[in-house]
Amino acid sequence: MLDGRGSIRRRSGARLWLSAAWLTVFVLAALLAPLISPHDPLAQDLMLGRLPPAWIAGAEPGYWLGTDSLGRDVLSRIIHGARIALVVALIAGTATCLLGSVLGLVAGFYRGWADRLISRLVDIWMAFPPVLFAILLIAVLGTGLTSVILAIVIIDWTRFCRVVRAETLNQSKMDYVHSAKVAGFTRLRTLATEILPNVLPTIIALLTLEMGIAVIVEAILSFVNLSISTDQPTWGGMIAEGRTSIHQAWWVLVFPLIALFLTVLSFAQFGDGLRERFDPVLR
Amino acid sequence: MADNRADNIFEVSDLRVDVADMTRKPLFGPAPRLEILKGISFTIPRGAVLGIVGGSGSGKTTLGRTMVRLAEPSGGRMLFDGHDIAHLSDAAMRPLRPRIQMIFQDPLSSLNPRLTVGRTVAAPLNARANDPRVGEALEHVGLPANFARRYPHELSGGQRQRVGIARAIAMRPEFILADEIVSGLDVSSQAQVLMLLEKLVAELGLTLAFISHDLSVIRRLCSRVIVLRSGEIVEDAATVDLFERPQHAYTRELLDAIPTPDPSVRW
Ligand SMILES: Nc1ncnc2c1ncn2[C@@H]1O[C@H](COP(=O)(O)OP(=O)(O)OP(=O)(O)O)[C@@H](O)[C@H]1O
Ligand SMILES: [Mg+2]
Repeated sequence: MLDGRGSIRRRSGARLWLSAAWLTVFVLAALLAPLISPHDPLAQDLMLGRLPPAWIAGAEPGYWLGTDSLGRDVLSRIIHGARIALVVALIAGTATCLLGSVLGLVAGFYRGWADRLISRLVDIWMAFPPVLFAILLIAVLGTGLTSVILAIVIIDWTRFCRVVRAETLNQSKMDYVHSAKVAGFTRLRTLATEILPNVLPTIIALLTLEMGIAVIVEAILSFVNLSISTDQPTWGGMIAEGRTSIHQAWWVLVFPLIALFLTVLSFAQFGDGLRERFDPVLR
Repeated sequence: MADNRADNIFEVSDLRVDVADMTRKPLFGPAPRLEILKGISFTIPRGAVLGIVGGSGSGKTTLGRTMVRLAEPSGGRMLFDGHDIAHLSDAAMRPLRPRIQMIFQDPLSSLNPRLTVGRTVAAPLNARANDPRVGEALEHVGLPANFARRYPHELSGGQRQRVGIARAIAMRPEFILADEIVSGLDVSSQAQVLMLLEKLVAELGLTLAFISHDLSVIRRLCSRVIVLRSGEIVEDAATVDLFERPQHAYTRELLDAIPTPDPSVRW
């Protein structure tokens, strides 16, 4: 007899491992960039401008993914670009998650004036178009890695707050919460040991999603030249530069775009995969 | 029995509970209050098993939640072992909590889905899941000790309800309130859980308040019964008397509703 459950589980396993594999490549590339990149990502050589990738006629050996119009090695720039993407994903993702989740847990569990205050803040925040908000913030904070991370945290905490608050509200109505009260748990203990384990799967899925989003936001800001200074390669910056020569040298645009796409996709899939594998209720 | 303990574990007098009636709330101003319990008085002697019966919506759950102070009454007194707990704050109530436990109607929702059975039973004891008291409590309710590693969704309905009971008795409480704990179970697990409760009451010297709308269950378990109708006690009698000589028309109505094998035979 056919049993569908087996195949579903296998597919989610593949999803987890494939995304984990790409994320490992991504993290290793970022950590070991100076050791493994074949060229200096900033070295220009106008004689070597717009070399195509290795498998296309006219390529130079050693420039696997070709060069941009200034003769800089695309592969090396992608590898170095992973560093900023990783820093932004980890720091901005985690900080956003912490801020939003704590506020969401407090609002959903304690209700009262804390909930009213936090919910109104979220409403106000949601009324700003996020991209405009980001550009405005960077204009105020100035460009640079710290400003980018700050901007992401300031804009995106509402994403966590809303979902975590709703989930906390749901969980708070369950009898196991009443049962904790009957057992004599303090409110804080109930929140930390009874409700949090039930909201955590949602938080983790959101966290990995947010890491992907942080990478995109950084790329968008680089694209409009508002991110990190231009002497440090970033994927968004590369995409912006590649756009101007898309007809003569498509590889300058396409390869960082693929790296960006795979990374964002992997973060989201990794979160879902983790949840399916380690959540005792879904497992 | 020690002298400093009251003979009655619960003494409830003129207990009132009301809620805001949102259906009749005017556009401006506060909603009118809706009385759910309208002055209830009864006592539970130490070691007794009290049945609380009544039709749907009569206020049984409200009474139970108020007794374990998940809700605060709007009036009246409620003495637990001599302390008036009717209006105690959460913090003031906490030291008394281990002595007053509750078993919930829906065992799935009353067990944390992401904690193992062991952790659920151990947490109120501030112990680890491998604490001997956990295994002991599980054994008491007839579950193998290795169930401590299972999650609630890996258990049957009857087993879950046993975990709920194990959690309550692990604290060695003096009083347990059970709200419709067998109504979600099939007949054979009902019988098992009832047998278990009978055994535990005898072994542990518990005082039990057993809420049910099923009089046949009450008859089996309880020594005394109070009958509730729309927030008022209409009859308060020893079980034998209640079944032999029901005083109130509403009680007779409830008794008539019990299905008997032969419809012509009355209780
Ligand atoms: N929060 C509330 N707001 C308004 N009315 C309420 C509220 N809670 C309970 N009630 C009402 O109070 C009455 C008693 O409810 P309760 O849940 O105590 O009944 P019950 O005897 O447990 O019934 P059942 O046998 O169906 O469980 C019902 O009429 C119910 O509609
Ligand atoms: Mg009820």
